[in-house]
Amino acid sequence: MMLTQVFRKPQRSRVFREALSREIEVLGLKSLGIIAFISFFIGGVIALQTALNLNNPLIPQSLIGFAAKRSIILEFAPTFCSIILAGKVGSYITSSIGTMRVTEQIDALEVMGINSLNYLVLPKIIATLFFYPFLISLGMILGIFGGWISGTMTGIFSGVDYIEGVQMDFDPYLIMYSLIKTLIFAFIIATVPSYHGYYVKGGSLEVGKASTQSVVWTIVLIVIANYFLTQMLLT
Amino acid sequence: MINVKNLHKKFGGVEILKGISTVFETGKTNLIIGQSGSGKTVFLKSLIGLHTPENGTIEFDGRVNTEMSIDQRRQLRQELGMVFQGSALFDSQTVEENVMFPLKMFTKLSDKEMLAQANVVLKRVDLVGSNKKYIAELSGGMQKRVAIARAIVMKPKYLFCDEPNSGLDPQTAIIIDNLIQEITNEYQITTVINTHDMNSVMEIGEKIIFLKDGKKAWEGSNKEIFKTDNEAVVNFVYSSNLFKKVREAYLNETN
Repeated sequence: MMLTQVFRKPQRSRVFREALSREIEVLGLKSLGIIAFISFFIGGVIALQTALNLNNPLIPQSLIGFAAKRSIILEFAPTFCSIILAGKVGSYITSSIGTMRVTEQIDALEVMGINSLNYLVLPKIIATLFFYPFLISLGMILGIFGGWISGTMTGIFSGVDYIEGVQMDFDPYLIMYSLIKTLIFAFIIATVPSYHGYYVKGGSLEVGKASTQSVVWTIVLIVIANYFLTQMLLT
Repeated sequence: MINVKNLHKKFGGVEILKGISTVFETGKTNLIIGQSGSGKTVFLKSLIGLHTPENGTIEFDGRVNTEMSIDQRRQLRQELGMVFQGSALFDSQTVEENVMFPLKMFTKLSDKEMLAQANVVLKRVDLVGSNKKYIAELSGGMQKRVAIARAIVMKPKYLFCDEPNSGLDPQTAIIIDNLIQEITNEYQITTVINTHDMNSVMEIGEKIIFLKDGKKAWEGSNKEIFKTDNEAVVNFVYSSNLFKKVREAYLNETN
């Protein structure tokens, strides 16, 4: 029901473009810092832990880079980063739309003859679908880079071997798989919190509760979707 | 003119509006009064289409709500202006952006033309110089003025106000009441105001409807309300000693 209203043609393309660029900034650009920071350090941790667990001299050190690359591309960047975004962006979406609901701003839009779901939610969906693949790709690059830095700085493994492992057995389908997951997660991150915000009833306390609930549900759905997508795309 | 016939509305099996029929006349300030829980807000929200009544019709200058297509309803909504109780202004936008918002959504005017039109209504509500202020920077009275400016910028045929002077000091409340009445006469619009404020009733109530338990218990003008012997209206309107004395003085003067 909600999505049929959301996916209508925007009433004014100019207003829609303005809203879209605003959402790209708020939901995407402003998440760059946290994604870059977390990806870099988690990439480092993944590489270090892999290295510390592969201490058999018969196992080549290039396997560290290979394992880190696979972990980052397949799981860390798309799933872990999406869970972080569900917390950051999801709570923002629910609280902003929820506040508009309880202060009658959504009623004001409806009275003016504006399809409020389309006006408020569609730009968020398009912004996340458009921007999150870039964000997650950046997460992959920085994660792998973080792994390399951790090795070269600590001397636990050789940077050259790490790079060799990263280049080993490169399968572009895994990137595709990761980006497909990202698109599904981006859709969940934009729609589930919007639903919780749009249909909130009560006052500021209920908006807070709805924000918490929306983050929990978004994460639950991401985890479930992750399982089924992995089963469908990789097996 | 808005012609309401036999309007019924239920929430969860509880009937809130029990067959209200009335006419709101063009160029007049029509007031809906009644105790809390009498159905005023539900009635107003049914009129503007935020609630869908189970029974009855609302006719906007011959256009019956139940017979309208989606496009006709959308068109009608562009002819409505609404001032919400809490103003419902977009707090992430400036005063100017709030007022220009309906123009942006429904007209093809250039930015310059939109700004000029916004400035005309901002001047009309006496808010010149506040264009770039954010809503949080304004007083309650100023926010109401912005809400009125936004409601009239599309030159609506119908203006609805939900308790427009709640939370305002008496002086500002009278200014807002007078502003709404002036705009009603000037633009020749049908104005419907939902209010608790007895000053408004006395000052601008050209037509008053009194609701009790979801039914229309009385209707008349601010002159007639002094003379009415309807017990429910008298108990509600003249509940304070001050208004009792005002009524006595009015009746003594006219007799």
